[in-house]
Amino acid sequence: MTPQDRKDLFKRGAIWAFILVELAFFSIVGDAISVSDKAFMNVDNMLLLLKQSAPIGIIALGMTIIMINGNIDLSVGATFALAAIVLLDSMTWPFMQSLGNWAIPLAWVFALLTGVALGAINGLIVWKTGVDAFIVTLASMLGFRGLVFMYNGEQPTSHLNWTLVDFAEAQFLGLHTATWFLLGTVLILWLVMTKTVHGRNAYAIGNNREAAVNAGIRVGPHFLLNFMLIGFLAALSAVVFYSESGSVNPNDGMLYELWAITAVVLGGTKLAGGYGSIISTLGGVIAIQLLRKGLGHIGADTQTVNLVIGLILIAVLILDRQLNRKGQEELKI
Amino acid sequence: MSDQTPVLRLEGIVKTFPGVRALDGVSFSVLPGEVHALMGENGAGKSTLMKVLGGIHAPNEGQIFIAEEPTVMTSPMQAKAKGVVFIHQELSLADELSVAENIFLGELPLKGLGRVDWAKLYADTDAILQTLNVGFDARTRVGDLSIANQQMVEIGRALTVDPRAVIFDEPTASLTDAEKVVLFEVIADLQSRGVGIVYISHRMEEIFKITDRISVLRDGQYRGTLNTAETDEDEVTQLMIGRSLDLSRNESHHQMGDIALEVRGLGCGSLFQDVSFAVRKGEVLGFYGLVGAGRTEIAETIFGLRTPSAGQILLDGQEVHISSPIDALRLGISLVPEDRKSQGLVLSMNCRDNMTLPQVDDLTAGPFVSDGAEVAIFDQYRDKLDIRTPGWRQIVGNLSGGNQQKIVIGKWLSMRPEVLIVDEPTRGIDVGSKSEIHNLIRDLAAQGFAVIVISSEMPEVLHVSDRIVAMHSGRVMREFTSDEVTEDNLIQAISGITEKIA
Amino acid sequence: MAELKKTEIGTFLAKQGILIAFAAFMIGFALANQRFIELDNVFGVIRSSAILGVMALGVTFVVIGGNLDLSVGSMMSFSTIVVLDLHDKLGPGLAILAMFGLTLALGAFIGFLVGYLKLNSLIVTLGMLSAIHGLTLTWSGGKNMDIANKSGTWFAVFGQERIMGIPVPILIFALLAVVLSLLLSKTPFGRKVYAVGGNGQAATFSGIPRARVVFMTYLVSAFCVATAGLLQASRSMGSQNTVGQGMELEVLAAVILGGASLMGGAGTVFKTVIGVLILGFIQNGLLLVGLDFYVQYIVTWIIIILAVWLDVAAKRGRLWSPIA
Repeated sequence: MTPQDRKDLFKRGAIWAFILVELAFFSIVGDAISVSDKAFMNVDNMLLLLKQSAPIGIIALGMTIIMINGNIDLSVGATFALAAIVLLDSMTWPFMQSLGNWAIPLAWVFALLTGVALGAINGLIVWKTGVDAFIVTLASMLGFRGLVFMYNGEQPTSHLNWTLVDFAEAQFLGLHTATWFLLGTVLILWLVMTKTVHGRNAYAIGNNREAAVNAGIRVGPHFLLNFMLIGFLAALSAVVFYSESGSVNPNDGMLYELWAITAVVLGGTKLAGGYGSIISTLGGVIAIQLLRKGLGHIGADTQTVNLVIGLILIAVLILDRQLNRKGQEELKI
Repeated sequence: MSDQTPVLRLEGIVKTFPGVRALDGVSFSVLPGEVHALMGENGAGKSTLMKVLGGIHAPNEGQIFIAEEPTVMTSPMQAKAKGVVFIHQELSLADELSVAENIFLGELPLKGLGRVDWAKLYADTDAILQTLNVGFDARTRVGDLSIANQQMVEIGRALTVDPRAVIFDEPTASLTDAEKVVLFEVIADLQSRGVGIVYISHRMEEIFKITDRISVLRDGQYRGTLNTAETDEDEVTQLMIGRSLDLSRNESHHQMGDIALEVRGLGCGSLFQDVSFAVRKGEVLGFYGLVGAGRTEIAETIFGLRTPSAGQILLDGQEVHISSPIDALRLGISLVPEDRKSQGLVLSMNCRDNMTLPQVDDLTAGPFVSDGAEVAIFDQYRDKLDIRTPGWRQIVGNLSGGNQQKIVIGKWLSMRPEVLIVDEPTRGIDVGSKSEIHNLIRDLAAQGFAVIVISSEMPEVLHVSDRIVAMHSGRVMREFTSDEVTEDNLIQAISGITEKIA
Repeated sequence: MAELKKTEIGTFLAKQGILIAFAAFMIGFALANQRFIELDNVFGVIRSSAILGVMALGVTFVVIGGNLDLSVGSMMSFSTIVVLDLHDKLGPGLAILAMFGLTLALGAFIGFLVGYLKLNSLIVTLGMLSAIHGLTLTWSGGKNMDIANKSGTWFAVFGQERIMGIPVPILIFALLAVVLSLLLSKTPFGRKVYAVGGNGQAATFSGIPRARVVFMTYLVSAFCVATAGLLQASRSMGSQNTVGQGMELEVLAAVILGGASLMGGAGTVFKTVIGVLILGFIQNGLLLVGLDFYVQYIVTWIIIILAVWLDVAAKRGRLWSPIA
């Protein structure tokens, strides 16, 4: 094992080690101060945790690919909200109501297509104008939110379909529907990023864009595809979440982009691109959710969660910098 | 050889950009099994020619022939498919990916559903690595390889097709001597397989060692092709620069003053160790050595950009501690850095603001920067250094390399330093500006500045220096006065052949 | 030569395009609805843009220095809550002082992380967005803050009064814009901000203390945020914990619209003010011509993309990106 391998293993293992520390900490402290009569590490609690991780988690997985590509997407929260509205509203359309329960899969398709279309808009603009993805998606975050408001003004859009709620609340092999979606997405994206040409090219482009261009990789369509993918995943996240809740506010999904990015960065993906992993992002998502639940379990105010997550993000950054220092010989610039 | 079909032939290539005729009727041909050098000053059109060959620029006139087939190049990939491959000077590798993925970048083997066929990928890569005779395998992460091995990966890329012509662009720029030997073996092997090689380099020794013919470009024009065996360095230089550059040895022996800067036993980790030298007022001290010998790092340490691990720095006989460029500037040390664009200038700023940047705190009237004081300084050094710019408002990024370099020199001269360190003063600038800058350096010494010049060009060091320090892998090998130095003993010293003489 | 001329026009458009677009908008809306250019309306627009504008002034420094600040929205909520809470405990004067002190301390912390520890500003300020939000909630216990005796304090002067007929928020915004514009364009510090953002390495080689300059840009930003918090608190005399939520991205949009480059080294205070006003007047103009409020989001989206696209296109000399 070379030192590089060891460092690599450490980097990939860090997020899981952190999760174990969280589990141990919350179990022990929770027991010691016994604010809660339930154990933290019980199966139901953990299953619920996975389920609650799903909405941000699915978006964060897509964000991982975008960031490995060397881009970023700030518009996912708005995409999430618009897809949710399409999902719920489309089921009230006259022709849909005549379809009975067949309206459900069709509504899903509409919602997912909405996500794909919004992603395609971002991707096309990034590709064709050459404007930085940060700016493009910052602007479309506003624009897409405008589309959300266009739909129903400031009123919430609601439609409760009990078949859908039953489906969303179902458990299969103990896991909730949302968890299955999360794990399925992890599996598929992991395969895409490690086994397919598209995935490997995503790393190559993020790592050295010029080299990728010179090697004949078509960077533009590649970007487009990935933005469509994250649009799809933002919509999928909405499908998973709103199938159960049945009501969407026009401000829903705000700041989701920032939570997703936080999870991705915690998982070790590099902001500059070229490095990162789907599995580690799952770790990042779980770590954040664990923190939320854990702090609640030991009786800390829910507001502390934001503080702790923010500080942990910064601590991770400082740690990463210390690991990558070249020591005394470094040029002081 | 002359009756063979050229693998690659260019005829009358013209490429214009708005206001510039970058290539003006360039023709040359490469025969199978030949190493053909392409030489020319920076800006002579070599890189434009490469871009035309790679299909990045379409020529306005002229024709490219591959094996006498007229061919229109559209992209580097298409060129590669036609058997014309480029090995770039700046490595273009994705260092988080494996060797195999880099070698087959853009053409990973598929096996249905968009999956990578890893077995085939690794097998093919191993086959290529075998012909290159390297000591790493297909699964190694490229970022973990040495620069020389990364270069081998780059060469490996060329071998994924059966190449007709391989174009090497300054391949030895960052290689050690031992690594060069390996590279030359690979080139010889390609040659023996009938591949035509285009070899772009500035290094005369290499050119005369491995090439068969030399074609020369100047100002975008084709200046002729010489048989390497029948020519010499002078003739090539003449062709390249149109006249001989005055690089006579420095013979001046003007009065020198006291020791301005002295360094005793200076070291910085593994970068350099036990470096001692002194420079007097009115003297030019040259530092000569290969890339990586530690010359630039010494300058950076004296300028406060690196923390020394041992030794002392004395200024006018007093020991000083320099922990940042701010300290260095206060003590009267200036550094004209090696890399003009990334270290010397803020390209988006105008000429005046760049020049006055280090002293902007002192050029104030009340809380504000004084326009008049700044313009006065700019005007003074524009005249003194003959900087050609439409006015101080000109954005520095729009100036020529020579004028940019003069802005950087002006920036540091206007600080009125006691010791001026100049790192690679003429890198990437045209011949005319070169001799101006050489004269300037001599003048500065005559005016009583202590000047240290770091250069990788031997003629330049010999031309400007009163004394020369020869360095090899982080150590001072020998110090020469301008009377003792010869090209031979200087080369020996920097190659580490001579024992260290204290 | 025709080619040269075309790029010249392109450069001109890119440099002045934002002003031209602004003028075109104003004329268009004025023609569509007379009320648009009435003094009352103009004051109303600038006044409601003042809070965003003041924050954008500070972020301009950070962005020109080559960094980002995503924490300003959350920091503004913090300032607002803190000053409202302390108002009843310490009285208005001390409350304002304490709030400025605390906000500047947060700015200093970010400046230390980004400047001296050289951490990535996007992630640091993302983390701080969350952390400061947590801090605010902890401070307020999650409850809304209100000044108990709204009529018995001079605190309302910043947000609600007029001096010589001009609303105070506008005066504060204008004053700060002038002072910061001078600071950025005329002082050695301003010059250093451009140098550090334009080429940090070259700045270091020129003896400019890069870390300190970056640190200072975050202090400027925090000062502006504190001012914005004061305006917000004084205007409403009571506030939710999330009053600044999401503003960080709107602020950034205004700064980018003004032409500051995210790469650093380019932009001016004046152009940022234009960017802020464009956002404000579009919002107002669209409402006045009878369009729903959400149309402004969509129009802003298009304008930002067009503005930056134009800028990028002029720099590379061609409209469409060369990406294959």
